[in-house]
Amino acid sequence: MPPGVDPPEAEPAPALRCVDVRRSFRIGKRVVVALDGINVEARRGGVTGLIGPDAAGKTTLMRLAAGLLLPDSGRIEVLGIDVARDPLAVQARVGYMPQHFGLYEDLSVRENLDLYADLQGVAPAERPARYAELLHMTGLGPFTGRMAGRLSGGMKQKLGLACTLVQPPELLLLDEPTVGVDPVSRRELWQIIDHLTRGLRTTVLFSTAYLDEAERCDTVLLLHEGKLLGSGPPREISGAMEGRSFHAVASLGRRQLQERLASLPWVMDAVIQSGGVRVVTATRTAPDPASVWPPVPDLRFTPVPARFEDGFVARLNDTMGRTAPSSPASAEGGLRAALPPPAQDGEVIVVEHLTRRFGDFTAVDDISFGVRRGEIFGLLGANGAGKSTTFRMLCGLLPPTSGRLRVAGFDLRTAAAPVRGRIGYMAQKFSLYGDLSVAQNLRFFASAYRLRGARRAERIAWASEEFELAPMQDATARDLPLGFKQRLALACALMHEPEILFLDEPTSGVDPLGRREFWRRINGLAELGVTVLVTTHFMEEAEYCDRLAIMAQGRVLSAGTPEAIKATARTASRPDPTMEDAFIAVIEAADNRGLAA
Amino acid sequence: MWRQVLALVIKELLAVLRDAKSRAVLIGPPLIQLIVFGYAATFDLNHVPMAIYNQDPSQASRELVAHFAGSPTFHVVAMLGSERPIDNLIDSRQVQLVLVIDRRFTRDLLAHQPAPVQAIVDGRNSNTALLIEGYANTILTNFALNWDAAHGGPAPSAVLDLRALYNPTLSSRWFIVPGIVALLTQVVTLLVVGLSVARERETGTFDQLLVTPMRPVDILLGKGLPGLLIGTVEASVIIVAAVFWFDIPLRGGLLPLYLGLLLFVIAVSGIGLMISSLVSTQQQALLGAFLFMVPSIILSGFATPIANMPVWVQDLTLINPMRYFLVIVRGVFLQGADIGSLTSQYWPMATIGAVNLVAAAWLFRRRTI
Amino acid sequence: MNQVAFRRLRGLLRKEFLQIWRDPSALAIAFLLPAVLLLIFGYGVSLDARNVPLALVVQRPGALAASFTSAFARSPYFRPRAFLDIQQAERAMQAREVKGVVWLPSDFARRAEHGGNSPIGVIVNGVDANDARLIEGYVQQVWATWLTAEARAQGQASPTPLSAQPRVRFNPAVSSRNYLVPGLIAVIMTLTGALLTALVIAREWERGTMEALMVTRVAMREILLAKLVPYFLLGMGGMAASVAMAVLLFGVPLVGAWWVLAGASALFMLAALGMGLLISSFARNQFVAGQIAIIVTFLPAFLLSGFVFDIGSMPRVVQWITHVVAARYFVAILQSVFLAGDVWSVILPNALALAVMAVLFLGLARAVFHRRLD
Repeated sequence: MPPGVDPPEAEPAPALRCVDVRRSFRIGKRVVVALDGINVEARRGGVTGLIGPDAAGKTTLMRLAAGLLLPDSGRIEVLGIDVARDPLAVQARVGYMPQHFGLYEDLSVRENLDLYADLQGVAPAERPARYAELLHMTGLGPFTGRMAGRLSGGMKQKLGLACTLVQPPELLLLDEPTVGVDPVSRRELWQIIDHLTRGLRTTVLFSTAYLDEAERCDTVLLLHEGKLLGSGPPREISGAMEGRSFHAVASLGRRQLQERLASLPWVMDAVIQSGGVRVVTATRTAPDPASVWPPVPDLRFTPVPARFEDGFVARLNDTMGRTAPSSPASAEGGLRAALPPPAQDGEVIVVEHLTRRFGDFTAVDDISFGVRRGEIFGLLGANGAGKSTTFRMLCGLLPPTSGRLRVAGFDLRTAAAPVRGRIGYMAQKFSLYGDLSVAQNLRFFASAYRLRGARRAERIAWASEEFELAPMQDATARDLPLGFKQRLALACALMHEPEILFLDEPTSGVDPLGRREFWRRINGLAELGVTVLVTTHFMEEAEYCDRLAIMAQGRVLSAGTPEAIKATARTASRPDPTMEDAFIAVIEAADNRGLAA
Repeated sequence: MWRQVLALVIKELLAVLRDAKSRAVLIGPPLIQLIVFGYAATFDLNHVPMAIYNQDPSQASRELVAHFAGSPTFHVVAMLGSERPIDNLIDSRQVQLVLVIDRRFTRDLLAHQPAPVQAIVDGRNSNTALLIEGYANTILTNFALNWDAAHGGPAPSAVLDLRALYNPTLSSRWFIVPGIVALLTQVVTLLVVGLSVARERETGTFDQLLVTPMRPVDILLGKGLPGLLIGTVEASVIIVAAVFWFDIPLRGGLLPLYLGLLLFVIAVSGIGLMISSLVSTQQQALLGAFLFMVPSIILSGFATPIANMPVWVQDLTLINPMRYFLVIVRGVFLQGADIGSLTSQYWPMATIGAVNLVAAAWLFRRRTI
Repeated sequence: MNQVAFRRLRGLLRKEFLQIWRDPSALAIAFLLPAVLLLIFGYGVSLDARNVPLALVVQRPGALAASFTSAFARSPYFRPRAFLDIQQAERAMQAREVKGVVWLPSDFARRAEHGGNSPIGVIVNGVDANDARLIEGYVQQVWATWLTAEARAQGQASPTPLSAQPRVRFNPAVSSRNYLVPGLIAVIMTLTGALLTALVIAREWERGTMEALMVTRVAMREILLAKLVPYFLLGMGGMAASVAMAVLLFGVPLVGAWWVLAGASALFMLAALGMGLLISSFARNQFVAGQIAIIVTFLPAFLLSGFVFDIGSMPRVVQWITHVVAARYFVAILQSVFLAGDVWSVILPNALALAVMAVLFLGLARAVFHRRLD
């Protein structure tokens, strides 16, 4: 039978079949195993989600399926065709959107479409109808003359998708299409995907690091560090956790409550949510408030439906033999005892009518908010919403065009150097000196923060013990796994016991266990009176903040406690909205106001 | 304060030396340039292919031919029997010089009349053409004077007693190799300093640095000093190679040489820091360094004399630090110059260095604070 | 080629031209950089010494000495300065105020009249060996002319029994600009052909667009062809602009036919593009691609092509290496076509070498570029 031809009347070949696929890369002298013996099959029809944190092997698998890479060993079939043997036959039948969408930024929307139509051999006569359909579907109609580079992240994503769809493919490969895209565009993308799979019977293979997107897939493949953790319908994975998820409330502060619950042996996972703590138990037994020791007053548990993430965490725990550190060596250990107790009055960060323009583009548009001592304050928004610009202005890295800001009573741009010693800063992507070893990084930052003598030695020792860096201290920072990098970056930022901590997307790309461990430390610091300002695009992390501000197009659309923000989105049909629902509601409300104005 | 600067300097040096790619940049291109310039960049002529058309077969003309054949500069590849192939030989670059000995050569020589000899030279490379002409003239004159003296002709009233000071054999290498000290010091210092901030901006660590209690001036020093150190070490290596490998005489003291080196490296670091504060990616930094380097090398006197340039270009070279350092290196190496005689080179370089550093500090502050 | 394939190629070409048009850096490398380089070289690089400051030391003035010094004053090569004693003149040379010293000792006139062969001391500063050698040549010329004139004035037979009549073919004014500027065109075209091409393809790797292209139905040869054509035209445009500048601004003669020049340039451009494509097949970010392109194409075109330094004078090993430098063949053609005309015995073998290199590099590029990322 020639390749690419399905036997008539038979079950069509699976969309993707991997048999013992192995693939490694050489980075300098190291060999990194991206895929380590994957066996998997994805059926035709519907959406198959390829789910895992950074470095799980998602992109490698996508590229193997697209015929852009060859496996070291094993066999990959796409639509029944051996990709290694006949990549052209595969490429004629699939559409592939790489990360960052593969657009020519200096071509207009229309020119990008024309190019891909030419390349995919769409006859000129068919084009007007096809373009009209795609532009309608993506909502890009009004922007055909705009350069792709000047589109927003969400519009780029949709244009990238339109370009891969000019010739309708049988199988659509989408590599992390939702990274850095706002929730509204994300929801619109899912609507397009639904239309494709339900209406046009296209098969979609979709990779993502957002666990909440798994629930929208028909089947998921869970990847972690090159291994397949599990596969099946998402309900199956979360279903195993049914009856083990509870919402706990008590009269205790929710951070203390979380700390207490997380240390219990029968609790597998405890995260802050909706004014209380969401608990996943290790076995399917209803938790008894009386068994919590030392006792927590007014503790109540309410059963809640299981989430996909619960299943993923459970599988990570089982398969990798890893457990979330039950009792993190608390951050308090090395912290200054003399920190003033959490004062109710003082706002440590004050932002009033802050504006920043770049040429005729307004990145931050007249925003105001305040952060109290000991508070965790979140800035939530998509790429380009203005949160990084705000963040950089607060740290004194960028002058505001107008407005006033105060951090610990000073403007960091004009403050004397010692004032900067009172803040800690962790940049995006865990910026460390990649060429230096772990110990050299620690020593450098200790000196940069003006520590010396015994104090310097003491803090370095504290950092390597607290963050368990000692075994890796001679490793070059560049080669560290992402979780270690994150820990080292935090250790460097805490070297001088800052009063205020700035964290710019501190958890992106890190697996759920690493994220939990990280937040546990941050909570501990906040309990001690450290003020934390954090940016994130993980909706569920917004729940961990005491208060947050939702930003879009340079403006703060809504600010307040997570509960208050979620309450604004509460409707009769949606009594218990998620943070994402709230976000979308806030943005839509703003758009309506914009239309009215 | 100084501890922080020191920490930054140590970090900078570690970052450069631990990374294989950076190490390669410090070792590879300098080595290649040293070899290429040391061996390939030469204006000295040897074995220039030539042809002779001798229309006057005689004792005298054979003697003249022997003079050319015996010269290391020329290599006689053809004796011609007619005039016809001459143009073709030159046009096709088979020979660069054709010597035509006239039929009346011996007769005029015996009559002590100027005997006609024609030298036809390929002018496509004008420098080579002029040098060939010069060499040919020297051989012809020597032959004529000897011949005349031996055959009782009148002596010329005066003769030239040619002597080249500092470089008696007029070897190009003595000129080029000390120049490489300046060239490579500039390249390496500029790259180390110019790329370091851009690299930090790319990886995001620069923001990290700015939020520490370090002041801009600390960062500036911490970024400039490693370039100073690496540039000086690199220059020292090349100085050693010049003396021990290429056998270039080092006639002056190390003090005037290193004083010049220090001022030069400071001036170049200042330019590197300016590039650093203006760019945001390593690629832009590389482009900036390239855009500065090409004119600064060409307008420095490294390969061609500044005196040959138009006056306005000569004025332009006054702001080029490499121009002064080249004079110092060559002066110390070949002429044995001391500090006193080089003062006129030190102070402009010091002024340029000071201006550069102030400008860099200003730009740096503007970009960062 | 069927219609669909033709449409693919046309689409890619249109994209390439739009990108070049909209990206100022591509146009800058193709047109601005050449202009800047030509200006710097045209004005900054000259090996022709004129008005060389020269110390003339006359220890005992007299008629003979006066006639000798006035010969120097008349020469366009020298700007003589009179000194009274030799120590003073040597100090001036040490301080780089003069480049050479011509010294008539106190017994100059007496010895010249009694037996002749009166020695004239000539000391040149040998630090710049090339310059020193040219100055020596000029001094010899002035001396020989003076001797002949002097003898003729006194009605004697010529004291120098030889008169060498130099004849310089092709560049009668022996101007270094006339040979440097044509050679520079090879360097400039290397920039567009190899560096720019390597950079733009590396950019496609960086932005992930190459990845997206590969999964369409486009064939690799179409992607390569779509890169070749626009950058070929851009390079030829840069070449034409450079030639116009050389001829109109710097007055370099263009003796040969323009079509020979264009033909040779086209061959060289293809070889340079081949190198650029080859580099970009393994260097997938702009930083690395740029560095490699400069080291393996730009620097050799500068140093090992015979553009400034005569290949014949290099050590044998280096001479062998120059045979793999495409610019070497092109420089030979350029210098001939500009100054000598259509010398087929130079043009044909060098053009053949260029053609071989073009085929080799393009073929290699075609062979190593495949539709995979590894």
